[in-house]
Amino acid sequence: MSKEIIKLQDVRARLAGDRGKRQWRSIEELAETAEFDELVRREFPSQAGELRDPVTRRSFLKMMGASLALAGLTGCEYNVAQPQEKIVPYVRLPEGLIPGKPLFFATAMPFQGYGLGLVVEQHEGRPTKIEGNPDHPATMGASNVWMQASILTMYDPDRSKSISYNKQESTWENFTGALTQSLNQLRGNGGAGMRLLTETITSPTLIAQIQQLQQAFPQMQWVQYDPISRDNVRAGAQLAFGNIVNTIYDFSQARTIVSLDSDFMVTEPGHLRYARQFAQTRLVRKSNPAMSRFYVAESTPTITSTQADHRLPVSSSRIDALARAIAAQVGVGGVTAGEGLSDAENRWVTAVVQDLKASGGASIVITGEQQPPVVHALVHAINQQLGNVGKTVQYTNPIEANPGIQFDGLRQLVTDMNSGAVQLLLMLEGNPVYNAPADLNFTAALKKVPLSIHYGLFNDETSANSTWHVNASHYLEMWSDVRAFDGTASVIQPLIAPLYGSRSPHELLDALLGQPPRSGYDVVRGYWQGQLGTTFEQAWESALRNGVLPNTAQQPQQVSLQGNFAAQQAAAPAANDALEIAFRPDPSVWDGSYANNGWMQELPNPFTKLTWDNAAYVSPKRAQDLSLQEGDVVTLNYKGQSIEAPVIPLPGQADNTVTVHLGYGRQNIGVISAPDGVQIGFNAYQFRTSDAPWFNTGLQVQKTGRRHDLVTTRNNYVIDQQVYSAAERREIVRVATLDEYQKNPTFAQPEPHRLTEEQVESTEHNTNMVDPVPQGGKESPYVSLLPNYPYPGYAWGMTIDLNTCIGCNACVTACQAENNIPVVGKQQVALGREMFWIRIDQYYHGDLENPKVYNQPMLCQHCEHAPCELVCPVAATVHDAEGLNAMVYNRCVGTKYCSNNCPYKVRRFNFLQYQDEATQSLKLQRNPNVTVRSRGVMEKCTYCVQRIAAARQDAERLGQEIQDGGIITACQQACPTNAIVFGNINDKGSQVAQLKAEPTNYGVLTELNTQPRTTYLARVWNPNPAVGETE
Amino acid sequence: MAVETRRTAQVFPRSANTLIWISILASALLFALGIGALYYFTQSGWARGVGQDITQPVPYSHQLHVSGLKIDCRYCHNYVEQSHFANVPATETCMSCHSVIRTNSPNLALVRESWVQDVPIEWNRVHDLPDFVYFNHSSHIAKGVGCSTCHGNIAEMPVVHKVATLQMGWCLDCHRNPEKYVRPKEEIYNTDWRPPPDQIAQGLQLMKEYRIRGSYQLTNCSICHR
Repeated sequence: MSKEIIKLQDVRARLAGDRGKRQWRSIEELAETAEFDELVRREFPSQAGELRDPVTRRSFLKMMGASLALAGLTGCEYNVAQPQEKIVPYVRLPEGLIPGKPLFFATAMPFQGYGLGLVVEQHEGRPTKIEGNPDHPATMGASNVWMQASILTMYDPDRSKSISYNKQESTWENFTGALTQSLNQLRGNGGAGMRLLTETITSPTLIAQIQQLQQAFPQMQWVQYDPISRDNVRAGAQLAFGNIVNTIYDFSQARTIVSLDSDFMVTEPGHLRYARQFAQTRLVRKSNPAMSRFYVAESTPTITSTQADHRLPVSSSRIDALARAIAAQVGVGGVTAGEGLSDAENRWVTAVVQDLKASGGASIVITGEQQPPVVHALVHAINQQLGNVGKTVQYTNPIEANPGIQFDGLRQLVTDMNSGAVQLLLMLEGNPVYNAPADLNFTAALKKVPLSIHYGLFNDETSANSTWHVNASHYLEMWSDVRAFDGTASVIQPLIAPLYGSRSPHELLDALLGQPPRSGYDVVRGYWQGQLGTTFEQAWESALRNGVLPNTAQQPQQVSLQGNFAAQQAAAPAANDALEIAFRPDPSVWDGSYANNGWMQELPNPFTKLTWDNAAYVSPKRAQDLSLQEGDVVTLNYKGQSIEAPVIPLPGQADNTVTVHLGYGRQNIGVISAPDGVQIGFNAYQFRTSDAPWFNTGLQVQKTGRRHDLVTTRNNYVIDQQVYSAAERREIVRVATLDEYQKNPTFAQPEPHRLTEEQVESTEHNTNMVDPVPQGGKESPYVSLLPNYPYPGYAWGMTIDLNTCIGCNACVTACQAENNIPVVGKQQVALGREMFWIRIDQYYHGDLENPKVYNQPMLCQHCEHAPCELVCPVAATVHDAEGLNAMVYNRCVGTKYCSNNCPYKVRRFNFLQYQDEATQSLKLQRNPNVTVRSRGVMEKCTYCVQRIAAARQDAERLGQEIQDGGIITACQQACPTNAIVFGNINDKGSQVAQLKAEPTNYGVLTELNTQPRTTYLARVWNPNPAVGETE
Repeated sequence: MAVETRRTAQVFPRSANTLIWISILASALLFALGIGALYYFTQSGWARGVGQDITQPVPYSHQLHVSGLKIDCRYCHNYVEQSHFANVPATETCMSCHSVIRTNSPNLALVRESWVQDVPIEWNRVHDLPDFVYFNHSSHIAKGVGCSTCHGNIAEMPVVHKVATLQMGWCLDCHRNPEKYVRPKEEIYNTDWRPPPDQIAQGLQLMKEYRIRGSYQLTNCSICHR
């Protein structure tokens, strides 16, 4: 595939001219490359099959072969009579179960150690779908992509299925035998040679068990290590207050929010709650035309910053100077503003300070885990100085066990391992061989430990280097507990018995303690019984029903600032042209733990829309200077190490920062993470060091001249705006400033439509062709040949608030889980054949260096005058009486005419047999109420018709009407910010009908008179007039 | 000489012209008949297994239990009013009686074995809809569609068989004109119910009473397919 060379200077020239006034989706669009043009006009690229990647090509052919063979076999099975099906009822019907109806259980998922409350849907004993728990403070009913995807990890056929000793299959009895023998030897000197390495742990039961173990082995040492470490957050609190505290924010009260390199809607332990609270301050409605103001300074674009009113791209090392400047200007004692702020930085700081001062304690300044402790301390001081503490910022005791600096602990552990002091190392989950800092050389140290035990979900890099591997239980398979960001404890209850006979960490710890075997249930229940005493039964019941143990949240505490932390100088900022490397968790595979999850590999990353890979993100300017095109492989030289990585020029990336994402380059742990045993992506952990785990200068970039096929989806399914004349063209995303909105609230509405003379003529003669009652009851200026359907009952519709959509992809993964959407693989994505029913379109506005970003979820618009319905020769896509554009799979013959005729490009075709119908464990995940589509069938968003049907059937059975909120679509349910609202637009009191009556409500491409049922609330942003960077 | 040559060249007699037309017509007719026969065959009750007794691993008789012992349908199919699935009873349900009645019957050996060994009984499905059809028992019962409308008089069947083809046209017959089939709710489980002479009038009345939507909505694809 020969890519066209993009000349960024030409792009810049176009942006400086008229083109700059309009929105753009990618650099390719601005460059007006022939490939982009082709993609807009055609649905699928014509020559995209020529990927050079031999591995994916081979597995693609293999996949083809397999699906062809399967097709042949099904042909043989054809029979006039249907095969005899069996009905297999229960022997004893489980309590509360109605066959055919799902059950919902409250549980929790540990993520980064912190609990996220869940409600899990279970069909006859198999969990199928994960939702957030509305009663849980951390999720409030919302979910993130990892919650959604974790169910696929549980069913992953590549999970470790047995205990192994030196890679030979073994048994639990052999394992406990060997363990007991070793423990008996170690008991003599109090367990001095014993080490426990875990990830961050907040589980009260597990902490109690580990403490018991420490009593039995007083010399044993326990180290916690998470690669996406919150060390700086802890050290920052230590520096500011003298002890480690946990910080909790209340964004709902904030009028000014300043993020200093914090992606708080993704990485904070309370991220879902924060995203929802933040969105509450950004709702621009008729009744309340006001919103908060959000400032961001950061090195690489994040979904959090897509919401920014003023975004400042700076390298991570500049944040220190910005924090000091803000601190000095708001009056934090003992801080002097650093010299050398650039003009842009100065302007940004001045505006920030002005707004912070004006907000009177209703503001938040927050910084990210990658910033050094001193920045965290400065931010604490700023929040104190502004009077935010006690209002928008609260402090509590730490949530995690033994809070400390994890990198120090790990460093000490490796030293001990190397010195031979460690006889027994138990690694409870985690994957240090893969993700420990490279300078520690954990692998070499591990080989020096006589008995190393790895307890984990996969046979991974660490288990390959350990003596014993014990297969772990997934959190959906075990009893446990976990604390959320605010300390709220939840009981983790299993949704299914362990698929592979694994044991929970509690059962493993019990074995270590030499206790008589107890079930995980008894361990967890026993712990809380001891804690709660007489109130236990009631609390336990309520915890299992509601997902939260009552009154377990930490109480806010008073803290006071300590002396002169500000004197601590951060590392000297780099020279202007020196390159800085920044490490970030991957937006899809996170720290690598989701690397074998097909949903996560295929999920397009925000901005780049990169799938099945990671890349080095560089700024467009650097790319121009080094004459780098997307996909060019460069050598990254850093601290004597070098790695080859493909680059992507990313608009908005800080100039001297190169961002690499952790989590790729896994060894062969499964077919997804390494198809045919060859790793995908590059392993950024290879040059991550423990002294600078997040960012550092000293990076050299060299072009190799080779290229790597990066597969992105950002130019697939691009809505064609060129077909309309310039006079009619409206931007797909309509935007105004708050000021403009207040002056003209209907700015997003279509301009009065001017009919051409011929049209006027034809309307006069054919008045019956004029649409009499279009949506909203207004006289339509359009002529239509299509009938107007009456909607006597329900009329389903949706609104999506572009002002609160953060583009987090949760809806995309939720839709995939709910609707049995297959994963197609890198090769097929390259052909533009990804199957997502909902996608997040991102539109840029402005220059390459710091454009505004607008997120727009795009799904079937369920047009009242649907272009797809007209062209189907077999009536497989039809309109229904509730306004749904229904898709009848068993009628579809695969002409794809409907897709050709869809201006929104939301239809997806099964070119091959994408569904894996052979793997048994994956079948268990599928939603039984949604057809599993096979090859040759068109599919698309159905507005979750199965959920509509379930609600309708329940209501009809009881002789009732479906109440507003009675149907929640999968995307709506997942949305952290409640941006998606679904309901009956015939019910004028419904939330969706009221939102459709908002002045900002508009439909995309309504010029085509498609009359979409899905409409959008326009984007409003709130710039500070003092900055003067309005467009 | 020349004439002679011309005569031998005419291999076919004049009547062949007619024969060709007849054979063309006949083959077209045969083709149409073949298609028709194939269509008739696929649509026939025989091809769909109507009337064919499906034997079960346990020789359970609806005739004995329902007509003879007057056990209500819902004693065994107890979630038929709540779920899309009318549920085949758990072994536990059988054992609620058969732990004290006919405890030694050889016919019940499989049930006892299932109970003791905790292994479910595999019953043969009689009414098998395609997987892309999402039928809901509870909705139909709530709207006055009785068991026997689709299943026939089960109470008189020692071995159950289908009485309808369960094809889409058959479903649509009712979805287009529910008044032809709906009955008063108190007659739902009466498997011997016969439509009264004024069924259409009564049906229209019941449709109003039970708020049954008309064919405009009931014939939507999305009602049964998703």
